[in-house]
Amino acid sequence: MGSLPELLDGFASAITPLNLLFALLGVLLGTAVGVLPGIGPAMTVALLLPVTYVLEPTSALIMFAGIYYGGMYGGSTTSILLNTPGESSSIMTALEGNKMAKAGRGAAALGTAAIGSFVAGTIATLLLALVAPTVVELAIGITPADYFALAVIAFVAVATVLGASPLRGLASLGVGLYLGLVGTDLISGQERFTLGVPQLADGLDVVVVAVALFAVGEALYVASRLRRGPVEVMAMQGRFMTGQDLRRSWAPWLRGTALGFPFGALPAGGAEIPTFLSYAAERKLTKHPEEFGHGAIEGVAGPEAANNAAAAGVLVPLLTLGLPTSATAAILLAAFQGYGIQPGPALLTTEGPLVWTLIASLFIGNTMLLVLNLPLAGVWVKLLRIPRPYLYAGILMFASLGCYAVNADPLDLVILLLLGVLGFFMRRYGWPVAPAVIGLILGPVAENNLRRALAISDGDLGVLVETWFSRIVLLLALVALVGPIVLRVVRGQRPSPSEVGAGAPATGRPQHRSGTDEPAEVGTPRRDGRDD
Amino acid sequence: MGTVVVGYVPTPRGRAALDHAVLESRRRDALLVVVNTSRGDALVDEEFLQGEALRALSQELAASGVAVEVRQPVHGRDVAEELAAVVEETDAELLVIGLRKRSAVGKLLMGSAAQRILLDVDCPILAVKAPPRGP
Repeated sequence: MGSLPELLDGFASAITPLNLLFALLGVLLGTAVGVLPGIGPAMTVALLLPVTYVLEPTSALIMFAGIYYGGMYGGSTTSILLNTPGESSSIMTALEGNKMAKAGRGAAALGTAAIGSFVAGTIATLLLALVAPTVVELAIGITPADYFALAVIAFVAVATVLGASPLRGLASLGVGLYLGLVGTDLISGQERFTLGVPQLADGLDVVVVAVALFAVGEALYVASRLRRGPVEVMAMQGRFMTGQDLRRSWAPWLRGTALGFPFGALPAGGAEIPTFLSYAAERKLTKHPEEFGHGAIEGVAGPEAANNAAAAGVLVPLLTLGLPTSATAAILLAAFQGYGIQPGPALLTTEGPLVWTLIASLFIGNTMLLVLNLPLAGVWVKLLRIPRPYLYAGILMFASLGCYAVNADPLDLVILLLLGVLGFFMRRYGWPVAPAVIGLILGPVAENNLRRALAISDGDLGVLVETWFSRIVLLLALVALVGPIVLRVVRGQRPSPSEVGAGAPATGRPQHRSGTDEPAEVGTPRRDGRDD
Repeated sequence: MGTVVVGYVPTPRGRAALDHAVLESRRRDALLVVVNTSRGDALVDEEFLQGEALRALSQELAASGVAVEVRQPVHGRDVAEELAAVVEETDAELLVIGLRKRSAVGKLLMGSAAQRILLDVDCPILAVKAPPRGP
């Protein structure tokens, strides 16, 4: 556990003025996109990727980490004051938070959300720093077959467990895997799915695909259903947290952290499930059950802590194994690859200073967010007054510019548009985008490991289940895949946390969830595509 | 019975317009149609009445003793088009609007809703300014 000196070194390099500036830029941008529904950290990082290739990797990743954490904070503001969760992981916050705001306790709700996020983010980042070296030690001996098994469970978890419809999730994953296959096969040199287009021999650029699916798809989707009345915004009023609020909040914060971190760290990641669990747990444990449903502060404190802790947890498999379990993590992985760094068990040894600076900057970003968010909540809400045509026109322009800038090849713009249309239809018919992005980025890595394993074993498929590790992991994947179907047959319906989500915020507005971080819509009544 | 239409926003100028519209409709014994519209293209529009503010307005208007109808069209059109449509539909005898102070440059940049209303709407228009702020 000799990671403390490295962490301190990380702080030393994160506290340089330039890196502090990037962290500040990141948290500001992140909060802004977190506040805006439909635009999330994944989309933002994807849009910024081409711009940041000229930066130092450290600075760029510090900024991305700020965006990642900032998005989690921003979502809570919109949930509480507007009842429109900016992120899918803030849905639970909206349940009680908006009720609190309606009852004139908006300031207390924002307070407990911000402090809870800070407490959870800090504890979880500390856990990340403690756990990461240990996980790396365990992962050093991992075989290609084991790694393939891990990738499989990540695929299955992202596609089936979290989404509302396993079939849609798997279909979306398939789209991503297919797009990841385009290009020259690295081992045999054969061209796959290139349609004879020479530029495609290098494969599709991750930036182009991610920007198309997230940004262009979302922009087209919003344009197709623009005319809706504005939503009601609650004033941030009432007293800031009282002593009693604090006494009622601290335990949910800690419980939320305890739930969020492991769920984020497991390759069944995502921040929604722990927020649901935290909400359910607080509801059971509360001493004020009569307040639940009418603005109970525990119902804001717990889920908010859980989603921030999960955000930090997601970084554990990303930094130690190179395994992304959420859309934003996948884009971060692409960012690493863009700098020629391959996250994996070796990352901590080869790029130690970078990783520790990144972790240190998470602490700094978290503190900045606490300081920024309490006084600035009103300013963030003003962002929502931007007419959406201007906002999305800007995003589209930025998307096209960035995609063209990657290779200076007009063909990329054609691909951007085609995949953007695909992204629109995915959104229109409720296919989650996250599995596609994860498939695109993790797919080639998984394929590489599979082929290496098979090469070592001379084509004997038995190598895939040779170690206990891969046996257990593949079995879990199978359970995750088949379990819901079996349960549905047994119980007549799919067991989703919809009992909890049934009362989810019923704004008459579609839940924009494209940019949202993880495969969205756990248990929320699906609204878009059929509500009008 | 005639109709008086007023464009209302929750600002001092909107307040002034509403007060004059209530007086006018009482004097003319006309139906007062209060129009509060939004283009609906931003997620939040603070000039669009909802919830508590809307209830307060309805109560206040009910207490004023004139026949009142509150409309909140959201069709993605700007306020001039929206008001023109309501005036035409109700065959209004008077439209009351509130004016804001705007510099020449501000008008060049932002355009003027009032100007478009004056040009587009076919009935007599009463333009009211917000009372000057106290010293």
